Parts: sequence; C-alpha cells; structure tokens
Amino acid sequence: MAISPPENKLWWKEPLSGVEITWVGIAFLWGLVMFGTMVSWHFVGKQNLSNETYRTTPDAFGEKVEAMVERFQVREEGDTGVPVVHPTPGSDVYMLGRLWEWWPVLELEKGQNYRLHLSSTDWQHGFSLQPQNINIQVHPGYDMVLTITPDKAGEYAVVCNEFCGIGHHTMVGKIHVVDKK
Amino acid sequence: MAVDTQAPSRGFSGASYRTCPETGLKVCSQAEALIKVNAVVAVVFLAVGGFFGLLVALTRWPAVHLLPADWFYLLLTAHGADVLLFWIIFFEVAVLYFASAIILNCRLAAPKWAWLAFVLMVVGAVVANVAVLQGESSVMFTSYVPMQAAPHFYLGLIVFAVGALIAVFVFFGTLVIAKEEGSYEGSVPLVTFGAITAAIIAVFTIASGAIILIPTFLWSVGYISHIDPLMYKVIWWGMGHSSQQINVSAQVAIWYAVAAMLLGAKPLSEKVSRMAFLMYILFLQLASAHHLLVEPGVSSEWKIFNTSYALYLAVLGSMIHGMSIPGAMEAAQRRAGFNNGMFEWLRKAPWGNPAFSGVALSIVIFGFLGGITGVIMGTEQLNLIMHNTLYVPGHFHATVVGGTTLAFMAITYLVVPLIFRKEIMFKKIAQWQPYVFGAGISGVSLFMMGAGTLGVSRRHWDIGFSDAAMSFDYPATAFLMMGLNGISAILASLGGLMFVLVVVCSVFFGKARTPESIAASPTLPSTGTAETVTTYGSEKHPKLPGTVVLVTVFFVAFVLYYYVNWKYLSEVWPLS
Amino acid sequence: MSEQGTGSGGAPEERVPAMQRLLDNPFLLLFMGVASPAALYLLWGVMELSQIPIAQ
Repeated sequence: MAISPPENKLWWKEPLSGVEITWVGIAFLWGLVMFGTMVSWHFVGKQNLSNETYRTTPDAFGEKVEAMVERFQVREEGDTGVPVVHPTPGSDVYMLGRLWEWWPVLELEKGQNYRLHLSSTDWQHGFSLQPQNINIQVHPGYDMVLTITPDKAGEYAVVCNEFCGIGHHTMVGKIHVVDKK
Repeated sequence: MAVDTQAPSRGFSGASYRTCPETGLKVCSQAEALIKVNAVVAVVFLAVGGFFGLLVALTRWPAVHLLPADWFYLLLTAHGADVLLFWIIFFEVAVLYFASAIILNCRLAAPKWAWLAFVLMVVGAVVANVAVLQGESSVMFTSYVPMQAAPHFYLGLIVFAVGALIAVFVFFGTLVIAKEEGSYEGSVPLVTFGAITAAIIAVFTIASGAIILIPTFLWSVGYISHIDPLMYKVIWWGMGHSSQQINVSAQVAIWYAVAAMLLGAKPLSEKVSRMAFLMYILFLQLASAHHLLVEPGVSSEWKIFNTSYALYLAVLGSMIHGMSIPGAMEAAQRRAGFNNGMFEWLRKAPWGNPAFSGVALSIVIFGFLGGITGVIMGTEQLNLIMHNTLYVPGHFHATVVGGTTLAFMAITYLVVPLIFRKEIMFKKIAQWQPYVFGAGISGVSLFMMGAGTLGVSRRHWDIGFSDAAMSFDYPATAFLMMGLNGISAILASLGGLMFVLVVVCSVFFGKARTPESIAASPTLPSTGTAETVTTYGSEKHPKLPGTVVLVTVFFVAFVLYYYVNWKYLSEVWPLS
Repeated sequence: MSEQGTGSGGAPEERVPAMQRLLDNPFLLLFMGVASPAALYLLWGVMELSQIPIAQ
C-alpha cells in the first residue's frame, strides 16, 4: 500500500525544503499578527464586550426591569401593549428575554452611553440587534452588563437568534434610537 | 464474495488474514469486517441525515417554506445529530481501524470489544433518533439547558459515546499490538499519525461529553435539580467543537492517504507534517471557545487565548498541511514527468478519478470557504457580528460537509474496490459525483454566509416574522440568498444521492473484483504503488512553483477577508 | 523489529532525537492532548464561571 513508515528512520534530522520553511514562518507570523490584532482592539477598537457579569435570579432581574419600566415608561409600542421606556442617558437599562418576547422596548438617545443589562427568565436567548448585526448570548441566571453607545438614530429590531422553542421565530423586540431632546 | 488470489492464512495470534492482491498488504479479516459494517452504517446515517437537511433547506427557502415550524425544528435537530455526529463518527471508526490494522499490517486488537463498540453506537444512535422523531426532543444538536429533551435523547448520545470510546481504545490497542509484533519498522506512517491525532482528540471529546451529558441525563429524569447553563455550554462545547476537530484530523490524514495512493506523493517533510499534527493534538481543541465569545461570565483573556488556539498554533498546523499536501502532489507529479510550466502537474492530475477530485475539492472548499471563515468567526470581537447568524452554519457546511464529508466520500471510492472488493458501478455517475456535491455544498455554504452577513438568524423557521407581534424585515438580498441556498441544497442532495447510489449498488450488487479486472483497471495506478511508494519518505528539496502560487492566493484571500471583517465591525455601535 | 531508540535503517549509530521519540509515543501524546485542553480550556473556564459575583 502506498502508505508506509518513513523510509529514513531518523526523519527528524532530514533538512527542510526552503519553500516549506518559508511558508511555516509566514503562517506563524500571520498567527501572531491576528493574535495581536485581537488584543490591540481592546485598546484601540470601540467594539469590545465587557467582562462584567453577575449571578442573578429571574425574580431579582425581573424586579429591576419592573422598576425601570415604572420609572421611565413613556408609552406603549403600537398595539402590542409592550411598554416603551426612555431612561436617563448614562443610566442602567435592562432588557429581558423570555418566551417569546424581549421586554420592554427601549428608547435611547443617540450618542449617549447606557449600561445595558441582559438576562433571561427562562431559557437561553440570542440578542441580535438588526440591522446593526450585533449578536450577544443571553443566559438565565446571569446578568451581562455592557455599555452601548447608539450612534445612529432609527428603529432597530432585536431578533432572538438562539433557538428557544416553538415560538422562537416570533420573538422580536425593539430599540428606538432618537435624536437628543 | 471473497476473490482472494491466495487462501486466507492464520497468524500466530489466531487472527485470520488475506493478502490484498493490489497492495500486497496483509488484511485482518476482523478489521475488514468491522470497517465494512461501520462504513455501511455511516452511509445510512448520511443518507437519512442528508435527506433531513434537504427538507430544512427547502423550508428556509422563503418561496417554498416546506415544513411547519414544529417539524422544521424537529428535523433540524435530527439533521444535526445524524450527519454531524453519527455519519461522521461511524466513518471515523472505520478510518481508525483502517489506519491501524490495515496500514500497519497487523491484527485488530480485541475484535469482540470492537463489535461491542459497534453495537453500542448503533443502539445509541437509533435511540437518540427515536427520541427526536417522537417530538419531545427538538432541542437542536446543542441541547442547551435549561431547555430539556426526553431522557432517552441524552441516554442515546451517552451510549453512542461509550461505544465510540471503546472503538478508540481498540485503535490504541492495535497500535500496541503492531509495535509488539513488529508489523512495521521505525515510526508509524504519517497517515496513521493523523489517525492517532484524531483518536486523541476523540478521547478528550468523549470525556467532555461524559462530564456534561451524564448529569444532564440525571437532570432530565429528575435526580438533579439544576444544571448551570454557562457551565453546560463550556463543557458541552469541549465535546461539540472538539468532535469537529476529530474530523479535521481524520480528513487531513485522508488527504495525505489519497495523495499517496493515487499519485505516489511523499510528504515534503515528515518532520514538518508531524509537527503540524502535534499542534492539533495540543491546541486544536481549545477552539471550543469559538462558541463562547459573546457569552457572559468568561473573561476576554480566556476567550482570546483559547479562541486563538494558543496564538494560532493550530491554524499554523492547518496552513502547513494546506501547503504540504498540494506541494507533495506537485512534487510527485513533476517526478512523474508533468514538468511543463507552472500547472501542468495540476492539469494532468487524475481529475476523472472521484477519489482524487473529491480530495482536491475537499482541500479547496475546506481551506478557502471553511478555514478562513472559521478563523475570522473565531476572532473574539468579530464574533459579535456573526454569532448565531446563518454565517455559522455557512462556515461549518464548508468544513464538515465540503471538507470532511467530501474527503470521506473520496476515500470510499478506494475502500469499495480494496476492502469490499467490488467494482465501482455507474462509473460516469461516480466521476461526476464530487463535482456536483462540491458545487452544491459550496453554494450552501456561501449563500448561508451571505445571509448571515446580512444578519439572518440561524435555526429560524420564519425569517419573514409573519407571526411576530413586532415586525422586522431583513434586507431583500437575504431572501434571495436563502432561495439560492435552497437551490444549492438540491444540487448538493443530488450529489449525495449519486454517492449513496454508487456506493450501495456497488457494495451490494457490484461485480466482485477478479485478478483479471484488477489487472485491467488497478485501483491504485502503477505510479502510485510498487517502487515509488515503497521508497516513501521525505521529499528532497523539490521546486514547487505551482504550490507557491496556490498558497499565495490563499494567503492574500485570507488577509484581505480578515481585515474586511474588521472594517464591518468598526461600523457598528460602540460597545464596551 | 528494530529496537526503540535506534534507527536500524538510516544511521544505526545515531540516537533518535527527543522530539522524534515524543512523536513516536502515542500514549504520551494522548496524555498531552487531553491535559492541554482540560487545563487551558475546561479548568480555566470553569474557574472563571465559579468566580462570577452575585448581583447587588
């Protein structure tokens, strides 16, 4: 068969061909460049996930969401009955994933920072902000905090992109970004 | 069905052998039988799982939207399990037995255990399928907790994994026997080394699976009250992603094997190729972190180190294979006289032989479509604009289907005449099969990645959101992409059907190989056997201008596409 | 069967280099291939998850 042990039993000592060793060098350096790019984006890039996460419970997280809605609700989203909140810029804002909705709808001001908290009260969900295409995994029992800065006004959808049962494809939420008042 | 030119003989250990008339190798009859049954069952799961995949793709085609939602999610779960797990691992077990007992010219260790492994794997796979088809376990291949499947779904997977683990240890046992009985001299062949790599990764894979699936099973029957979803995910992906790294190793081993068998190609350097496999052994499995880049709770340090396979050392391994296999082919072809210009060696390669064309397409699809996109998607920040979009299945249909499955199909065209000892039927269909399948799956991969770039969610029944309380429209191009994906899936399914037809008919109804037919149409061309091959070793300083051009094209594509994606990322909302 | 440690074919006097001996030892490789991801991926990952603070 065409597949047999190396003829030279001390194959480790065979010299390398120039083409091959050059390619190994290029590939190795390219790996370092890619690694360096990823690290340096944490310093020069604007799109990085925070490492801020807390353990929580569905009840505790739910209470915080309720408190925000009570304080900052401005209207309801169309005829869906889902509250729209317009929190103070710079504050903590919450979005809850549950079967099968994102709750509540957020109205944010362009160019302002918000500390966005994401969690689920039941299964895992996927926070997929469209058409931005920012995708973050949402877990029950964990409160993930990230600082977001919406930089363009408009209406954004939050699609669920983690399979969460038979109603998964109906799970859409909204974030409105409005110009500063 | 035996057409041995020589009567079977018995070794001192009681194992019976025949001598292969085409290769002169001693073939252990137990190993041969086990390779056959594992390969046959693998193809059954490929056919079933592939059919489910077609139904899924036709449902995703907005104009067709074939299945109702519950069936879509059910069959998507079954599709994942059947092709990603069962087809691949049954075939890999066959590859392991081939790379140990057959290539090393010795008997298979503990054939009774190997049969037990086979039975457990079949039982586990069938039970898991039953669980899914009963409708209570539409949890997707990943079965993320706290979503719960029926207990026998987890049990089926556990039983399957136990069987696979036994098979892996039969492989390791066979290595020991080969060494002790002196059936080879010096180091194991490179192909066997690749199989060792696959087997090592398999051990880690199955261990991770056991750590997480056993508690999850106990949770599903009520003995454990809570499984932490993040903990589940970290450990589950130690199995889920590593299982795909078994594929990568097995498939690269097959690339080397087919290049050697058909072209008489020797590796450019044993040292470099084996070091590349060592990089796989040490670091490839770290890429399980690819699935946790946008998760809460794990730090950027953990993410960056693991997702980069420790400073991209495993990518280095893949890039080495990606150069040294075409390089070995070029060297062999030039030695055989195809020395004109840059690419005569490539033009005059046996493109009409599906074993060769399958491997060549597998290398290209895996490298360009699967490899580059995998590294990009596995970049910590870039994952933000790709996670759980259709980009993910787009990527892994290029690696697992275009890469691994096509490579497995390719070597099957050698296994049928050499192990089953049957003539390949419908030679014309076989000749076209890799091209049809490769084109179809490349389309599937590209169009899903295109839709994913536009934001379309994976595992989603209705991208029109017609039943949603709040509306959203993906760009119209995304719908076009999903239509083209459906058409490509039909083409790929046609290619899959051609494969199953050729293989099943040849195995069960094909003419047995006779000494005359072997002489008339040898499976391994004479340049690929006899003299050239017995002096298999390291290539001596060849000139490889064609390969240099090919890897340069690859490298430029890689760098450009990598930075294009950073550009995309820099345009989304700032987050920190 | 050539004894381990010397190559009877190429240069019988020479000792097999350490790296080649490592690559020729599947069980040592098995240990390394399981220990590396178990430590770097699994253990490190699980340790981080176990240190997540509780929300106020």
